[in-house]
Amino acid sequence: MLTHDDALEAQITQWRSWLRRRPAISDSDLEELEGHLRDLVADLRAAGLAADEAFLVAVKRLGDLDAVSREFAREHSERLWKQLVMAKNADGEPSGSRAHEATVVIGLAMAAAAAIKLPELFGYPQIGSGDGFFDSGTFYFPNVSLFVLPFLAGYFAWKRRLDRLGCLRLALAFAAAALAINALPFTAGGHTQTLAALHLPIVLWLAVGIAYSGGRWFDGSRRMDFVRFSGELFIYYVLMALGGGVLTGFTAVSFAAIGADVEWFAQQWMLPCGAMGAVIVGAWLVEAKQSVVENMAPVLTRLFTPLFTLALLALLVTMAWTGSGIEMEREVLIGFDLLLAVVLGLLLYAISARDVQAPPGAFDALQLLLVVCALVVDAVALSAIAGRISEFGLSPNRVAALGENLVLLVNLAWSAWLYARFLTGRGPFAALERWQTGYLPVYAVWAAVVVVAFPLLFGFV
Amino acid sequence: MNISKDLVAASAAPLVLAILADGDSYGYAIIKRVGELSGGHLHWTDGMLYPVLHRLERLGYVEARWAKSESGRRRRYYRITRAGQAHLKTQRRQWQVVDATLREIWMESSLVPAGWRPLSQRGVEATC
Repeated sequence: MLTHDDALEAQITQWRSWLRRRPAISDSDLEELEGHLRDLVADLRAAGLAADEAFLVAVKRLGDLDAVSREFAREHSERLWKQLVMAKNADGEPSGSRAHEATVVIGLAMAAAAAIKLPELFGYPQIGSGDGFFDSGTFYFPNVSLFVLPFLAGYFAWKRRLDRLGCLRLALAFAAAALAINALPFTAGGHTQTLAALHLPIVLWLAVGIAYSGGRWFDGSRRMDFVRFSGELFIYYVLMALGGGVLTGFTAVSFAAIGADVEWFAQQWMLPCGAMGAVIVGAWLVEAKQSVVENMAPVLTRLFTPLFTLALLALLVTMAWTGSGIEMEREVLIGFDLLLAVVLGLLLYAISARDVQAPPGAFDALQLLLVVCALVVDAVALSAIAGRISEFGLSPNRVAALGENLVLLVNLAWSAWLYARFLTGRGPFAALERWQTGYLPVYAVWAAVVVVAFPLLFGFV
Repeated sequence: MNISKDLVAASAAPLVLAILADGDSYGYAIIKRVGELSGGHLHWTDGMLYPVLHRLERLGYVEARWAKSESGRRRRYYRITRAGQAHLKTQRRQWQVVDATLREIWMESSLVPAGWRPLSQRGVEATC
């Protein structure tokens, strides 16, 4: 008899976990339905049915789960929206830990916001006063990622229950980064310092990725999740920045109306603290809603892949028509690196959202066309950079731009090759995904080279 | 006899309210009561009752509270509110009109089920 009851309990538990996955059914509905199921089973057993028979009949009577949850959704459509902020995990975390998580997130966000103000206590210039916010040459510009990313990594280390060794490694990585950027004898505001400051966040983002993967960084699917996470976080961050801008504007205007000047507050507190805290809150939002709403990054990718392809084609046609080469200013160099990065981003998010099993389609061909166009444009840019280097010699900026270009070029060229193989049916799509996830550390390694090796090679200019 | 889906859906709210007007109850007991009263003819998919109860709750016709059942588990008990009683009254009048009209028609045609009399011949019992 006891074993029957155990089997019944197991069946009920399974049934409950099935229902729990449905966002329209809340925990309290679940309890109510479970009570109903148990009453029904008890009555059926009293009428002479065996435990498993009674369970089957009771489940049948409760009705098709899809239909029932559809009815719940109709009655509680607001719940499907509330999931945006209050989503529960598919594996059914109790609601208590969600409240707990909110506390941790708010604590970390406030810690990041406090961290950016901390240096003032030690005699550093006030942030937001004087020149621009993160002007090169100031203390804040090279260090800004160090004020927030350790907290972000800490959030994931906590959330993924990273083991002690993993936490220690992360802490060492951040400490080493802080040491490198502050202890090396840079010329204040020099080229190598600016480059190091720009590349440090890329290195540290890898550390965040390792925390995000919960120590399973060598798992390709975890890396792809991290790529998705990065894109979604970016979108959330932009949205929050817009909201923050509106808030700042309203505050300034309404206080100006009563004759009080609060610009100093907005500049020195709201903006820097908000910018730091929003990273943590954004990460939390991405985590909370990942399973519920279709992600934005792939949608934007679908929209902009054709448009970017058109723009690149137009550029190529115009270059061929007028026969003009590329002016090699520093801004242009950076512009081409950014272009490659955008194309790579479009490729990455298209890959991250694509069903690996699906056969090649028109969008894949378009994607390949985009990559090939970017490669051709980049070949032109590369020859121009090479020309400039042979003419004026090596400078940190030129070498950095060239290196970035090569890193992206290698990725895109091999991607194009893999894509072509996939389109002609000679290779699996998964190979492309593996290539992209396997390539991720290369960016961080190159960025680390720029941060650490460039100052030494070029004498801290 | 299977009652059509639309009819089940339309009658669900007044049935639930009428049962709750007799006293507080919970989902499983309401379903059982409907089964008994209809002689098993009116059959609901059990799971569908709860969205109905929640809608009535949202509309303010019933209120719910959690209480311990005799088995020790928590159970959600529903109670009809004043607004619910008023709503039940209007529903009752509407159903009586439908019922009376159908009876009149079926009296004239020969489709009258055995033992049914038109409203006009039944005196006070049905006119309250």
